Amino acid sequence: MARRHVEEGVFKVLMAGAALILAASLALILGTILFKGLPALNVAMLISAPKGGYYLGKDGGILNAILGSLAIGFGSTALALALSLPLVLYLNIYLKKRSRLALAVRFFLDVLWGIPSIVYGAFGFTVMMAVGMRASLLAGTLTLSLVILPIMARSMDEVLKMVPFGLKETSAAMGATRFETAFKVVVKQAYPGLLAAVLTAFGRGIGDAAAVLFTASYTDFLPYSLFKPVATLPLAIFFQLATPFPEVQERGYASALVLTALILAISLTARWFGRRFTRHVIR
Amino acid sequence: MDVRKLRDSLARRSMFTLSVAVLSLSFLMALGLYQRSRPVLDRISLRELLFSTLWQPAQGHFGLGAFIAGTLWVTAIAMAIAIPLSLLTAIYLSEYAHRRTRDLAKPVVDLLAGISPVVYGVWGVVAVVPLVRDHLMPFFSARFPFFPFRSDNFTGYCALSGGIVLALMISPIIISVTDEVLRTVPQAIREASLSVGATRWQTVKHAVLRKARIGITAAVILGLSRAFGETMAVLMVCGCAMRVTPHSVFDAAYPLPALIANTYGEMMSIPLYDAAVLMAALVLFAVTTLFNMAGWGILLRFESGDM
Amino acid sequence: MNVEYRMEEIQLEAFPHIQVQHLTVAYGGHVALDDISIDIPERCITAIIGPSGCGKTTLLKSFNRLIDLQDEVTVKGRILIDGEDIYDPRTDVSALRKKMGLLSQRPQVLPMSIYDNVAYGCRIHGIKSRRTLDKIVERELRSASLWEEVKDRLRSPAARLSIGQQQRLCLARGLAVEPEVILGDEPTSALDPLSAERIERKFLELKKDYAIVLVTHIIRQARRLADYVIFLYLGKLIEHGPADEVLNRPKHAKTRAYLSGHFIEDASP
Repeated sequence: MARRHVEEGVFKVLMAGAALILAASLALILGTILFKGLPALNVAMLISAPKGGYYLGKDGGILNAILGSLAIGFGSTALALALSLPLVLYLNIYLKKRSRLALAVRFFLDVLWGIPSIVYGAFGFTVMMAVGMRASLLAGTLTLSLVILPIMARSMDEVLKMVPFGLKETSAAMGATRFETAFKVVVKQAYPGLLAAVLTAFGRGIGDAAAVLFTASYTDFLPYSLFKPVATLPLAIFFQLATPFPEVQERGYASALVLTALILAISLTARWFGRRFTRHVIR
Repeated sequence: MDVRKLRDSLARRSMFTLSVAVLSLSFLMALGLYQRSRPVLDRISLRELLFSTLWQPAQGHFGLGAFIAGTLWVTAIAMAIAIPLSLLTAIYLSEYAHRRTRDLAKPVVDLLAGISPVVYGVWGVVAVVPLVRDHLMPFFSARFPFFPFRSDNFTGYCALSGGIVLALMISPIIISVTDEVLRTVPQAIREASLSVGATRWQTVKHAVLRKARIGITAAVILGLSRAFGETMAVLMVCGCAMRVTPHSVFDAAYPLPALIANTYGEMMSIPLYDAAVLMAALVLFAVTTLFNMAGWGILLRFESGDM
Repeated sequence: MNVEYRMEEIQLEAFPHIQVQHLTVAYGGHVALDDISIDIPERCITAIIGPSGCGKTTLLKSFNRLIDLQDEVTVKGRILIDGEDIYDPRTDVSALRKKMGLLSQRPQVLPMSIYDNVAYGCRIHGIKSRRTLDKIVERELRSASLWEEVKDRLRSPAARLSIGQQQRLCLARGLAVEPEVILGDEPTSALDPLSAERIERKFLELKKDYAIVLVTHIIRQARRLADYVIFLYLGKLIEHGPADEVLNRPKHAKTRAYLSGHFIEDASP
């Protein structure tokens, strides 16, 4: 009789312990980045590109990487949006709920979602070799858009699944074509949720390093051409940390803080939009 | 046929093409990677590529064995840490925690899933590596000088550090999928078990987990596949020293994704080198795709109530 | 033999099995039950009736503290079972629930075999002997008149049974842990008429040994089964008493309106 209550107690402690360990380590991650990064962070770093000998500890900043990340992030998000919005509208409005095609597309989106970004990078590289392209802003943007396409499409799909069926029915009943239902009614209803999905994908894109390593390469220059290599924040962090000089490594911590702050800001904005969305949903 | 209908049917056709393109993207990736790794596949047997541990690109030896072993080792460590932590946490959140705790935990888990792998890597370098180097490694290798703790790597950059960082990276995924799976278990099952006098834990163990075990397996598989392909974080903390196979959690490991990332820049300089690296990417693609197909396939069937 | 023992025990008791004293239950801000006081008589079928959303199920589930599972629930007042306050912090909730067998709206079999479903509760409470379990399983399945239908496939998943069989299995599962009270939450509402009748007949047999509390929205069912009736409206106790009195000569206007199928005009409880 007592044994099962003991077991209950033991597992309660284990579970609370596990949750605490995870919560603490995750707080530790943010804390570490904050405490290591904040002292090294300064304005000069944010508004200048690396000057000669930057990686030996001389003057300069990471503006090249910030701008590069934003450029590549915006570009790939826009591309992924152009592909995934029609795709999910097709899945949710044109196709029936039990359609085999829809099932297959959703399944493959899930599979694509799980492919590591380094593999996308390698794939991008093979395509680049095939068409004779060099590592560049364009190549990086194209590759990254493939990486975030499944992320964006899956979360958009979740949003559209929540749009009440009656809304589609009503629109159709008034004689609207499916195209009009999709782009004029459903998109408007789901707008905040879709925006949240876009922002989530954007944040994921900015944080990704493995896919752009091969395809966008790295440079100390600010981004100025679609066909030239471009720097990105994650790689800037990686390279700065890889140097043996403490002052450069500290800049790496500061860069990590910048990146984390950027991503947290984006995902909090996304959550804010997402919440506004649920307020209008008819349940 | 007016403009509206024309636009509708045009849109339908282009959207259909688009979904077919998405369907074929993974096949395209497999094909592209295969095409580029053909040169090395034609010259060296698959067996040697996968199992030989001799990696000397300049001499034309491209055995991926050590890297595959490194990946497996680091992934195994990560799973050993992540599975109990995240499953216990997920069960706690879904079965025990107060609603407010749950409402707070969910966005936090989502936020964590969105943090850049490089940032996890930075944390690994700053916090985990010193912890392993100064405390865990001296303690364990002195007290337990046998497998899997005996090692002569005192740097802290090792498989265990990589495993710890990876475990934290994949636990948000395992937690959120497990939580969703547990949520699909009908409340009435819990009530049925509780009302014959079972304790909460007995209810979880005998009724809830039994119903959810397949879905939870899928959650673990998905986490596993993520750990398998994660690149930047392991590149930063695993040490990446060439070594035949790691024999200790404190040995450096050189996982496959790190190899691919590291050889960027030099791989065009030696014949077949690029083909071998892309072959490594193909292996990674195949393994993760297989895991994902299994995981999502299971979840799809689980959600539709077939299991 | 078991039965005789139980009869003896009952006769020793000087007070009704369940006593509800000033019970108020709220979910967040919503008051589901408002100051309910009532005694549930022994060895009777007590039917809780009332329009949907009146707190019938909440009252039933407060007897075995299943309402604890709800979010943000607050309970005031006391429920005494065998003279002990079940909302006392020292109460062993799982022992309490063992005493109160529950039959829910939709039969909920556990994800395991027919045999394991019945043996589940006994195993939980520490019975390991194979022979004892075999005996209990057969006895309870017989008592739920399910034995003949399933005796050749005790190992097959319980989910494969028809819904009526599942509900009888749930009854067997509940009886296997030898409860003192049976709680039924509209237990026939998901069943076909034949299966429903079987369950009803079973209840009439069981009331010789147990106190049965039955939530129902079918007035005819209450007429067929109940010895004692409780009428709830918007969380308040409007009327209670012997079935004959409440169902045939209701004192309160609301009860009359409800029983005759009219609107309850006066919305103030």
